[in-house]
Amino acid sequence: MAMLSIVYFAWVREAIGRDEEQIERPDPGMTVADLVAMLAARGDGYAEALGDPARLRAAVDQRFVPMDSLIGAAKEVALFPPVTGG
Amino acid sequence: MKRVAIQADDFDVGGELAALEALGGGGVASFTGVVRGGDGLVALELEHYPAMTQAQVGRIVDEAMGRWPLLGVRVIHRFGRLEPGARIVFVGTASRHRTAALESCAFLIDWLKSDAPFWKKEHFAGGATQWVAARDEDAVKAQGWDS
Repeated sequence: MAMLSIVYFAWVREAIGRDEEQIERPDPGMTVADLVAMLAARGDGYAEALGDPARLRAAVDQRFVPMDSLIGAAKEVALFPPVTGG
Repeated sequence: MKRVAIQADDFDVGGELAALEALGGGGVASFTGVVRGGDGLVALELEHYPAMTQAQVGRIVDEAMGRWPLLGVRVIHRFGRLEPGARIVFVGTASRHRTAALESCAFLIDWLKSDAPFWKKEHFAGGATQWVAARDEDAVKAQGWDS
């Protein structure tokens, strides 16, 4: 079965309480925003971390993408707050 | 010369500058970011996305090398727990032209702030912690280079 890795960083990781998980690969028509909504519906830390998509940024297969991007056949989706490096 | 390092360890600014000077271009510009103390800050903790960071910073460096005639670019970004006064980031550029060296250095640090997958968490005396929020002005600065 094809799997999708989801990785979390910063306060998203802390609220969810894990840095990585695998789910069954969703329908290729699913967007990152759809995935975020699906995960937030789990409640608890997921709802806290992912309930307000405007606070989130995403990468698909290690490339920054807009939230309305399709997940397609990607292997890894990352969810995190806006970056603060430099 | 294009060299990117994402590392926990400190680095030697003098050695990095000497390597850029040795390229013979005649002009070297650099920026060093240092952990700012005050307000009871005891440490900054830098988290990053290891699978992505090196490639993403490499893309930013490639963009700079495409825009300016550069002989060399050196970027070092640290992660882990850093105390006030510790170096966080170094950007060095070498060129035959001072404008190219200075502008590309500013471009690189602006883009690292808005486009490299790092997150900073502040640790204060007494145990309080806080994730640093991204500043809109940083994104605006980076976008200012689009054109």
